[in-house]
Amino acid sequence: MAIIRNTTRRDFLKSTAGIAGLATLGAGLPLTSARAADLTVGFIYVGPKDDFGYNQAHAEGAAVVKGIEGVTIVEEENVAETVDVQKSMESMINFDGASLLFPTSFGYFDPHILTLAPKNPDVRFEHCGGLWSADKHPANTGSYFGYIGMGQYLNGIAAGHATKTKKIGFVAAKPIPQVLLNINSFLLGARSVDPEITCQVIFTGEWSLAVKEAEAVNALADQGVDVITCHVDGPKVVMETAAGRDAFVCGYHANQQPLAGDKYLTGAEWAWGNVYTDMINKTLAGESIDNFVRGGLAEGFIKMSPLGPAVSDAARNQFEATKAEILKGDYAVIKGPMKDNKGNVIATEGQGFAETDVELESMDYLVEGVVGSTS
Amino acid sequence: MNETDIGLWGVPLAIIGGAIRVSTPFLLVSVGECLTERSGRINLGLEGTLVFGAMSGYAVAYQTGSPWLGVIAAAIAGAVFGFAHGWMCKLSRVNDIAIGISLMILGMGLAFFFGKPYIQPVAPDLPSIPFGWWSDLPQVQAALRINVLFLLAIVVAILMGRMFRSTRIGLMVRVVGDSTDAARALGFHPDRVRLFSTAVGGALAGVGGAYLSLYYPGSWNEGISSGQGLMAVALVIFARWNPVSCIWAALLFGGAGALGPALQSIGVTQGYYLFYAAPYVLTLGVLIATSSTSRAMAGAPGALSITK
Repeated sequence: MAIIRNTTRRDFLKSTAGIAGLATLGAGLPLTSARAADLTVGFIYVGPKDDFGYNQAHAEGAAVVKGIEGVTIVEEENVAETVDVQKSMESMINFDGASLLFPTSFGYFDPHILTLAPKNPDVRFEHCGGLWSADKHPANTGSYFGYIGMGQYLNGIAAGHATKTKKIGFVAAKPIPQVLLNINSFLLGARSVDPEITCQVIFTGEWSLAVKEAEAVNALADQGVDVITCHVDGPKVVMETAAGRDAFVCGYHANQQPLAGDKYLTGAEWAWGNVYTDMINKTLAGESIDNFVRGGLAEGFIKMSPLGPAVSDAARNQFEATKAEILKGDYAVIKGPMKDNKGNVIATEGQGFAETDVELESMDYLVEGVVGSTS
Repeated sequence: MNETDIGLWGVPLAIIGGAIRVSTPFLLVSVGECLTERSGRINLGLEGTLVFGAMSGYAVAYQTGSPWLGVIAAAIAGAVFGFAHGWMCKLSRVNDIAIGISLMILGMGLAFFFGKPYIQPVAPDLPSIPFGWWSDLPQVQAALRINVLFLLAIVVAILMGRMFRSTRIGLMVRVVGDSTDAARALGFHPDRVRLFSTAVGGALAGVGGAYLSLYYPGSWNEGISSGQGLMAVALVIFARWNPVSCIWAALLFGGAGALGPALQSIGVTQGYYLFYAAPYVLTLGVLIATSSTSRAMAGAPGALSITK
């Protein structure tokens, strides 16, 4: 019995070592021969991949590229933004033979991707959300993101038509530029319907804090806010609590219609499937991926949830007309004359920041009409 | 403006509403831990029990369609964790704090593992009783929608207070907790009493978890507890090992937690990180105010490992 067990173990070790060796060999080969062979792509998520939010959006993108011939997907979820992610990436590179990695969370980049990228020059690291710059970061890293603020602007239009109290609300995690742009866009969309609308923002301080998010929604509803959206990692609690308080909701990250039913107006969703398909096809064809990739509605980086039954015809018309304008490109949500909510001028008459403007990615203000503060 | 505009009244209302909504898990866990500690053991693993209770409650409620079966399942799961703790601590030279920490990590790990398929589905919620029917204001109605588990927790706390004061079982738990030797001399079985005290404490923590996932905030995800179980264990010391004081302590913590969002909603937006620290500042303040060099551990069971 013992002899048999020994042999199998040895066989097992031999074969796994063989597989691992083959895999590393595969990863080390130049891309031209990788076309004939398979491409293994690794996706790493900071939370569960079915959270109705940020991670689900990425996982849906990964599910789309699974169908591409010759592509193998490896995924790992709940990977903390610590040395854990380095271990995950190393294991994907060394054992799964991944040569293209999508570590999707913001905090993975510095220092984790920046530690591994120079050690693995043949592996491509694509990071979501960060700002890549040629003089600071390795050439085999890249950044991609979408202009989802436009989606929040469209959310705001639906919200502006739906609100009766002229108060809309935003449950936000942290005052970082992407979140601030979303808050500002949401209000400006609503103000394009009625300039008297104000937006109440509540910062919870963390990306995922279920109880605090629920408290924030209740506090907003108590103040008569009747349309609520959010920017947290998993919008499930916000959507369910808000719908329970009889407020309308606008989604974020993924489609949350199943959580809020008729209370769901629309939502700004990621469409990572298009982005990932494009990047993987380029890699398979031996082409290089740009280090700095951005896109919006027109490029298929983001999409809107189907409009809910509570959206009026007037709202629908304005929504579709604005969407058509945005699709033409160079649409500016932040345009002069405009002040922030402390009275400082952020855009003078005739000045506008189109969606592609990199300056928007270092936003540090809330526009006039947003009740809240960045600190 | 319109009649539903309550302005600044939103803050006290949010604090009261928040105290009722948020305090229940604190209360259930701290009352359970109160019993465990009065019997002479510390179960630090209740954070894990809380998370596992939240998961198992949600899973069973989703599978069976009945939130009450979920609560029962969470109680059973919690009791199993309590039994495991009580049984392991019975072994000689085993430290209850170390066991507690490892059970906490085990409970969370198991909950994440088995809870994977239940993150997305929507389970039925526990019903609540509308105590705000007398008011026309929807805000008041919302704040006074009280869950049955909250009332249950208060009843349990009061009954446990009575039990410690004036029943044979309560006296036995207290003797065991104050002096193992005296309890043995009286013919009690300290290990058995502690085993059951820890199991009941675990069951209550499990129910606290079910409240989180089945009522407020009412969904299962891996960040559902965010340390509430640990805070509740600390609340026991704050409440001086008195179950009835646990009620006030839990309400205070729940209300203080609602302060941050409520103040932001009326436009007090500067320094919200400070408001979020309010419960902890409050704890420090109360502990300092009630401290005394002569009776620093007043009310602490004598056989507790921190007092030995």
